[in-house]
Amino acid sequence: MSAPAAAPAAFGILDKSPKELRALGDARHLSLNDAEWAAVQAHFKGLKREPTLAEVETIAQTWSEHCKHKTFTSPIRLTEGKKTRVIKNLFEETIVAATAAVKKSWCLSVFEDNAGVVAFGKKWALAFKAETHNHPSALEPYGGAETGVGGVVRDVLGCGLGAKPVLNTDVFCFGRPDYAGPLPEGAHHPSRTLRGVVAGVRDYGNRMGIPTAGGGIWFDDDYRLNPLVFVGTVGIMPQWAVAKDVKSGDLIVAVGGRTGRDGLHGATFSSANLGADAPSSAVQIGHAINEKRVLDALLRARDKKLYRSVTDCGAGGFSSAVGELGASCGARVRLEAAPLKAADLSGWEIWLSESQERMVLAVPPKNLKALEAVFAAEGCELAVIGEFTNTGRLEVTHRDESVVGLDMKFLHKGLPRVERAATWSAPASSKASGGAEKKAPLVLREMVAHLNVCSREWVIRQYDHEVQGGTVIKPLQGVRHDGPGDACVIWPHAATGDMKDYAGFSVAHGLNPDYGRLDPYWMALACVDEALRNLTCVGADPARAALLDNFCWASPEDPRQLGALVRAAEGCRDAGKGYGAPFISGKDSLYNQSKDEKGRELPIPGTLLISALAPVPDARKAVSMDFKGPGDALYLIGRTNDELGGSLYHRLLGRAGGEVPKANPPCALDGFKSLHAAINRGLVLAAHDLSEGGLAVAAAEMGFSGEFGARLDLDELARDPRIYSNETLLFSESPSRILIEVKPEHESAFLRHFGKGAKAACVRRVGQTTANPILKVVGLDGSTVLEESLKELKEAWQKTLPAVLR
Amino acid sequence: MKNPKILILRAAGTNCELETAGAFRAVGGAPELVHIAEIKASKKKLMDYAVLAIPGGFSYGDDVGAGKVLANQIRHTLTDLRQFVRLGRPVIGICNGFQALVKAGILPHSNACDQSASFTFNDSGKFEARWTHLRLNTQSSCLFFKGLPEMIELPIAHGEGKLVLKSPRQLEDLKKNKSIALQYVTEDGKLMGYPHNPNGSIFNIAGLTNPEGNVLGLMPHPERFVEIHQHPNWTRQTYRKQAVGLEMFKNAVTHAS
Repeated sequence: MSAPAAAPAAFGILDKSPKELRALGDARHLSLNDAEWAAVQAHFKGLKREPTLAEVETIAQTWSEHCKHKTFTSPIRLTEGKKTRVIKNLFEETIVAATAAVKKSWCLSVFEDNAGVVAFGKKWALAFKAETHNHPSALEPYGGAETGVGGVVRDVLGCGLGAKPVLNTDVFCFGRPDYAGPLPEGAHHPSRTLRGVVAGVRDYGNRMGIPTAGGGIWFDDDYRLNPLVFVGTVGIMPQWAVAKDVKSGDLIVAVGGRTGRDGLHGATFSSANLGADAPSSAVQIGHAINEKRVLDALLRARDKKLYRSVTDCGAGGFSSAVGELGASCGARVRLEAAPLKAADLSGWEIWLSESQERMVLAVPPKNLKALEAVFAAEGCELAVIGEFTNTGRLEVTHRDESVVGLDMKFLHKGLPRVERAATWSAPASSKASGGAEKKAPLVLREMVAHLNVCSREWVIRQYDHEVQGGTVIKPLQGVRHDGPGDACVIWPHAATGDMKDYAGFSVAHGLNPDYGRLDPYWMALACVDEALRNLTCVGADPARAALLDNFCWASPEDPRQLGALVRAAEGCRDAGKGYGAPFISGKDSLYNQSKDEKGRELPIPGTLLISALAPVPDARKAVSMDFKGPGDALYLIGRTNDELGGSLYHRLLGRAGGEVPKANPPCALDGFKSLHAAINRGLVLAAHDLSEGGLAVAAAEMGFSGEFGARLDLDELARDPRIYSNETLLFSESPSRILIEVKPEHESAFLRHFGKGAKAACVRRVGQTTANPILKVVGLDGSTVLEESLKELKEAWQKTLPAVLR
Repeated sequence: MKNPKILILRAAGTNCELETAGAFRAVGGAPELVHIAEIKASKKKLMDYAVLAIPGGFSYGDDVGAGKVLANQIRHTLTDLRQFVRLGRPVIGICNGFQALVKAGILPHSNACDQSASFTFNDSGKFEARWTHLRLNTQSSCLFFKGLPEMIELPIAHGEGKLVLKSPRQLEDLKKNKSIALQYVTEDGKLMGYPHNPNGSIFNIAGLTNPEGNVLGLMPHPERFVEIHQHPNWTRQTYRKQAVGLEMFKNAVTHAS
């Protein structure tokens, strides 16, 4: 823990050189760059005084990459070959532009609040947010993951006037748990990170009574020093509770946990490269039951309309919560009124502590008594710590001593924008190279056992994925409840009291950093495509999908990294527009790189997680991925191309290069919409998306989950006519493809939904299900390419994770 | 009595109260969420209700043992619970509620309400959520089971579900007075080990009742199977089952009406 020195009255910066300021910042983990220091210095020179420590800390927090996303909002000079262009504001020009272009009236709140909000029927709304908690989870996996979940749950509680969390989803990227190479001193082994993170997510979610029913894990050794932990939450609220407002004269009320010395410098620490000197006090301690108390009390107070606005204390603690709520009016805070964990906290520590389970409300004074009664009934602490003003200033005192006296305008708008350089050069050749051929049966067996494909049951069973009674399509599916579902479907009305309303929703994800290694632009399209086809598979409406973007990248100060980030963001823009899917919220986590055992920087592969949310009009019509019976027709939608670049097939063969999968949004969306209509008519027995491992893996999974076999004929695939290889057809990862089981008597009705001509061209009958649980594939020349026991494939698929975690 | 009043007991960390209330409401009960602090403050009285339900969750974080703190509060705050039980009013404790009933000495039944059983960590060492096959004790007089088939399915979700008894003799007593309400079994009704018995509970016990049959404590969650679409296999053509959880709530409400 850093030494809790009493705040000096003044923090001398006025006569310091840039070098001295940098050293000062480094010593306190402030993460301010030279231009930012200069702006701070100039501001206080104008005021003719030195700042206080708390003021500099407040500015550093507010201006941190974590809070301000300055890489995404500052100018970037991008060089592509001989061409150079300047992007003024990457966020506005990509993510926001896509949302503006698709103009969806059901978007109720985008990019403004702690979460994005979409309409869910006429009466309800869904708030959706995903966060990252990478740096804390690297340092302390259990605490980092736990407080990650706690934080994103508070984002949803602090969205609008508060939404009730109804689903948690979690996506992780780790080094392989059986990694046997060297690690630098102080780094956790990936296996320990995985166990700790899973336990943290489990304990927090389970204790709060929120089903953790969606997610995924990606293994790649380049994450061994910088694991990625994405935590997401969906909340439901009445539509009247979407809007919030703060009036001058409202009381600033802190509720929930007490303030302690835990969690100082979280925002600034997560905005820097991770190293051995990372402060241990930056990771907080979670207490799920305290947060459950806040949840119970807050929603009761919301329904009595006792407060006007609410936000959570996340990074920056009170400083960011009060700073945000009071940004347009002003605020006065008396820190001695805050309930503390330890009496000797100094002013700046109270102001900046990131202690968990705290929220801040704006309360009209006349409601205070009623509010106190609601919180007291739940055993949840509450304290009035100040009031909102109309001065446009942030004034903070501690026992009559001024701690902060800042102009809100400078705090929120004073950040200097520094232009950064970025470069991008396309891969020189799309030709695949290296790696010897392997027989298809062997490849398939290796694929199902591969860490990125194998069963996640070991993890999923530890999450209470059915609390609240709404998980009608579960993460594990099939006869024995152990097959890999594409997504869950949540019917939130088991717990809202509207049990006659069968509307549900689904959340799905898309992530594949291996595509990004070849081209981040096409990775972004593939991620959106994957999330949407997963949603479509379970019966969600692909035309009503809302997206979250989560970028995890290495240092943006490296022009190549920044160039790749721009490519990915532009891919998001084109995907959002192409699929007609708005982004409603998002997050970026940069500086995901650390020094390895030899002191070299190890950056993570540029990683984009797309999370998609869409309504399922009638949850009773949802579909699972397991084969339902023998003798049914198997249809494949989508065209298969020679797109093995970044594929699992190439990874297994040790092959580099190749064509990265390239999605065609309008064509893909047509297929998804047609399938959705067919599902709504009850014409589809099972649907499963083709992703890592392509057709072969998808068919195997559907077979062993339903305990029926299949016979596929590769010559029936809609495909690029230049493909002559059975392996390419089996293992290509061309996007937008879904394998579907249809009863023979429903085939013609099913096909009618796909229309005529070009539209119908992407759907083909490629085989049928069989009673014998064997996957048989006939190749282009009529010979049997594959004839594998599904029982054995399932055993191989199930064995991997328990074996490496033993 | 039309729409009998159901007291759904809450404490910090209770988290299955809404779906439990929903289940009672769906079968004509009038559920009310009552925080144990309200009973302590005498704002609400247990005896004003026809049915008591203690839902699942992690009361007080399950710190110092699952349901232990809540059990102590029940002993000292819900002092008329013994009277409530003696009057034959239905009481159901689900998951954390069952753990609390056992640690408060309500189950297994003893005249002095002495705690004679407890729960410990699952043999697997992990919290687990899965659907289980269960066999009801058709010999017991448990009012919640009226009209139900002998073999049912319900989900469990817990980390401390392994029931342990004070002595081997106690098991014989429980058998004799037909207090073993539910057992984890295989699909064809056999007593087997993990994963069929998900936690290693003695004699595969999943639920207990009292000799009179008006108190039921169980680790599985009947409130998560009140609608057939909550079953993991409803999408399969062969699936034809009733939502047995709902029947349990209906039996309680019918009994109280």
